[in-house]
Amino acid sequence: MERIPTLSEEQYQHQLLRINSECEDLWSLLDNVKDPEIPVLSLWDMGILRDVQRQGEKVVVTITPTYSGCPAMDVMREDIELALQAEGIDQFQVVTKLAPAWTTDWMTEKGREQLRGYGIAPPDDAPDSANRETPADGVLCPHCKSDHTRRVSEFGSTACKALFQCDDCGEPFDYFKHI
Amino acid sequence: MSDLKQDTINYTVRLGDDALILGHRISEWVSNGPFLEEDIALGNVSLDFIGRARMFYTYAADLSGEGKTEDHFAYMRNEREFQNYLINELPRGDFAYTIARQLFVDTYNHYFLTALTKSSDENLAAIAAKAVKETKYHLRRSTDWTLRLGDGTEESHKRMQAGIDDVWGYTKELFEHDELEQRLIDAGIAVDATRFKDQWLADIAAVIKEATLEMPDGEWAVRGGREGYHTENLGHILTELQYLHRCYPNSEW
Repeated sequence: MERIPTLSEEQYQHQLLRINSECEDLWSLLDNVKDPEIPVLSLWDMGILRDVQRQGEKVVVTITPTYSGCPAMDVMREDIELALQAEGIDQFQVVTKLAPAWTTDWMTEKGREQLRGYGIAPPDDAPDSANRETPADGVLCPHCKSDHTRRVSEFGSTACKALFQCDDCGEPFDYFKHI
Repeated sequence: MSDLKQDTINYTVRLGDDALILGHRISEWVSNGPFLEEDIALGNVSLDFIGRARMFYTYAADLSGEGKTEDHFAYMRNEREFQNYLINELPRGDFAYTIARQLFVDTYNHYFLTALTKSSDENLAAIAAKAVKETKYHLRRSTDWTLRLGDGTEESHKRMQAGIDDVWGYTKELFEHDELEQRLIDAGIAVDATRFKDQWLADIAAVIKEATLEMPDGEWAVRGGREGYHTENLGHILTELQYLHRCYPNSEW
């Protein structure tokens, strides 16, 4: 069945924030900053980039970390700073905002599609995607789309992922946990 | 600085100490796990705790001002200044012992962090909101392992029982608080753990029963962590954890 992507109210508001922003140039600039662990995915598509503002001469970027111990967060912060510096912006501040806590619901539809392309199953590809627990089986294989898959480990290559294997194509794959 | 603010700093550092010391302990399993996936799982859990410690310490540093950073709390304090609960510093033991500690602590954290999300201190509430999601995963894993080891082979059953018995007396102080914490409880900032002690006990008893294990008997208790009185284990942890920073102060990667 063809799934029609829908936006949650929260997602919609977040997209509006960007659309109505007075510094679209900065948002676009930061689209070049990728998650170092998943280099196809921009910080915007991950839902990490929460706000960008010009405050006088200063640029303030607000991000929300995915997992508290995620080592990629430090790299992302540095990459944001480098991207701004490369554009000649030297007055900036990267603010970490903890509340509300990041959730996979903040990933964009494009981001989810990019995850699949990269070989990672997004949270939506679990059999019961409303349930936030990682299922024991049935997550759609990002390689062959089969649902004959099983969980190998609840913890995968990074804190945000669980490890699965497909019984049809035999490939192991990561599943992005629904949090 | 107001007394309440100073109390909040101390309390936040305590929570950071709990997370850092346990996170470091679990990290000792990396490359020593029973099999690859479990090795990775332990590494992930460890990172969650260390990440949590960084958030608590960073917040404490922001509150204190004086140019402090998270590193000050992690690297520049001695044993007597650390105020983690003793359960977190116990050696990693065998795998069953590690799992027994995790079962107790994860169940505790599940209730503790849920309550902390309601703190009147919005920063503590935000850190808790982040951490409680991770704890859900930790708890599921430590519960699964307790069942698997308890209801497993004769050897795994024996070891799981021994782990539970040996750690038990260190859970008592998790439900006690001193005057500082009482003041913060009254102010709606800190969590009153006595409120969920019965639920915690009921949860633990249910898992232990399902795992065909016995509830530990005996009223022994070891306490002192919140006052800075530690077992000899903490000194050894700090030696390893702080060595690099103290040898090469302010060096950066």
